[in-house]
Amino acid sequence: MSFNIEEHFNRLQEKGKVILAYKGAINTDVINGTLEQMESSLDAMQKSKVKKKIYNVLVESLQNLYHHVDEPPEDLKDEIGSRFGIIMITEKDGMFRISCGNFINSSKIKFLKDKIDKINSLSKDELKEMYKFILNHQKLSAKGGGGLGLVDIARKTGNNLEYSFYEHKGEHYFFNLDILVN
Amino acid sequence: MEPLIFEGSPKTPSVSFDAEKGVIEIKGRSIPENSIEFYKPLVAWLDEYKENPAPKTQVNIQLEYFNTSSSKCILDLFKKIEGVRIKSEDVIINWYYEEDDESMLEAGEDYESIIKVPFKKIEITE
Repeated sequence: MSFNIEEHFNRLQEKGKVILAYKGAINTDVINGTLEQMESSLDAMQKSKVKKKIYNVLVESLQNLYHHVDEPPEDLKDEIGSRFGIIMITEKDGMFRISCGNFINSSKIKFLKDKIDKINSLSKDELKEMYKFILNHQKLSAKGGGGLGLVDIARKTGNNLEYSFYEHKGEHYFFNLDILVN
Repeated sequence: MEPLIFEGSPKTPSVSFDAEKGVIEIKGRSIPENSIEFYKPLVAWLDEYKENPAPKTQVNIQLEYFNTSSSKCILDLFKKIEGVRIKSEDVIINWYYEEDDESMLEAGEDYESIIKVPFKKIEITE
């Protein structure tokens, strides 16, 4: 059975109390609106440390989506547009789950999987070294991405990154990343 | 040399670079999607400043949030500051972080270990 966006979105919503749920085009206006909305929702929260972590992770996640969304399959394009992404924040027992998803081409799966597995295998100090190495040795791409986003997210949260690739059709896959913040 | 002044916005910091006083300040948030565009004039200004710096240069960085795209640009700025020391030894970077903000303190430590400029981390207590 091929991947179904609605079902996936509903499954994410069931993971806890929904704080933020968005599916649609990922553009600058959406990023700005989402950050603004989250900031006022977070203001009501007590713990400023968690608040900051969530905001930081959300900034990186949205910008990862912005820089890396691939075109969805042709048969979906009319319905969901060409820069489609999902962002969801849920909370359960004090644990915040930030889920983000986008279509990617199958050619990118290995790179992403290897990168995340590597990040998950590193200790806090090793992540710090990796971050510093990339910071100091890798140039920014023309669009401003630097290969630091996922490393930074792992460092700031101290939790493993959870990911899935769902096969849709042909070379089109849906990539879902879950980031846990506590 | 003309000062460089930018007002802050929800996604970009306020900037105040004053060549006469030798005071270089960045404050607020730095989370633009494309940081290169924002930082280009800052890097260019420092490029010129390092040729003829004030006797004393004080760099004050007080950021609430910054994204990874900005982190590379901030490193570029600091590398220009390293260049200032060729003409004038008296240079310091003050890195301000809010009390309890471990990740901002760690970010300061990261830069401190890469950059060869006296680096002071200062905690802001509310």
